[in-house]
Amino acid sequence: MKFKASVKVMLKTAVLDPQGATLERALKSLGYQNIDFVRVGKLVELVLEEESEQAALKAVNAWADQLLANPNMETFSVKLEPLL
Amino acid sequence: MKTAVIVFPGSNCDRDNVNSWYAVTGLKADLIWHKESHISDYDLIIIPGGFSFGDYLRTGCVARFSPIMKEVARQAAAGRMVLGICNGFQILTEAGLLPGALMRNRDLKYLCKDIFLRVENNSTPFTCDYALGQILRLPISHGEGNYFVGPEEHKRLVDEGRIVFRYSSPEGQVYPNASPNGSLDAIAGVINQNGNVMGLMPHPERLAEDILGGTDGRALFTSILNSYRLAPTKKSGAQQRG
Repeated sequence: MKFKASVKVMLKTAVLDPQGATLERALKSLGYQNIDFVRVGKLVELVLEEESEQAALKAVNAWADQLLANPNMETFSVKLEPLL
Repeated sequence: MKTAVIVFPGSNCDRDNVNSWYAVTGLKADLIWHKESHISDYDLIIIPGGFSFGDYLRTGCVARFSPIMKEVARQAAAGRMVLGICNGFQILTEAGLLPGALMRNRDLKYLCKDIFLRVENNSTPFTCDYALGQILRLPISHGEGNYFVGPEEHKRLVDEGRIVFRYSSPEGQVYPNASPNGSLDAIAGVINQNGNVMGLMPHPERLAEDILGGTDGRALFTSILNSYRLAPTKKSGAQQRG
C-alpha cells in the first residue's frame, strides 16, 4: 500500500523561536494586536510503500526521530493518509 | 602524528585547516572524502567548517549520515582526538558525539566578524597551551551558532568543566546575553566527557599565522600536538571507555 506522510517539525516550546517572534511583531504592525505564540516550523511530505498503516507509521516515526527532527530542540508529529 | 581533515560536499575550510596545521606544526594532514567507510587510524580528525549538503533541513543533519561518520565515531570511542570547527561542531552535535544543538542565530543574521572568547578550561588536549581565562580574538562565520542544551545537560557541562570557550567582551567579561548569536550561557565551545572530542563555532584556523592578521588560533594547534607528544594515542584495538 502507498501512503502519503506529513511530518510536522516544531521547535520545543521552551526554545526561543526568533523567526516566530519576528513574524509576531510584523503581524502586530499590520494592526492585529490580539495574537500570541507565533511559531515557525517545517513540514516534510513523502510517499512510501508499506504493508500496513501501522508499519508505515512506525517507519516514518523512526525517520523523523533520526533525521527529520532534532530531539534536542524540536518535536514532531506524523500524519499518514493512504494513497489510492 | 597522523591528522585527517574530512571533506564533505560543501565543506569550505578543509584546506584552510590543512594549511594552518602545517604552518603551525610543520606536519602534513590528509584530506579524506566523506564517502570513505574505512580509513586507517588517525591521532587527530578535524571536521572543518562550511556548508555541508547546503545546510539543508538543519546544519550538519545530512552529513552525520555520511559513511565516514561511523569511522569518526569509532576513532572517537577509541580515545583519538576529534575537533569540529563551525559546521564541524554542528555535525558532531547532530551525530551525538557532543551534546546540544546549534540553532539559528538569535537575530536571524549570518555573522561574519571577529569576536572575543574567554578560555574556560585549559586542561583539555585542545587548550593546554592557553592560559586559563585568556582572551582570544577569533573570527566567527555562521548563521547557526546559537548553542542550546537542556537544563540538566547544561548543569552537567558546567559541573564537569566541559564549557571550553565562552564569548566575552574584549576585556574578558562574560555577560549572559552578550553572546553574538544568542547561545545559551554564552557558550562558544564544548568538549565531551572523555575529553577527546571538542567543537567550537569560531575559526582558529583562520587566525593562526601573522600574515593572516592574528595568531590567537595558533595555540589550539600547538596544544593538540603537545598533548599528543605527552600521551600518544594507543594503537588501534586499545579501546578506552566510550
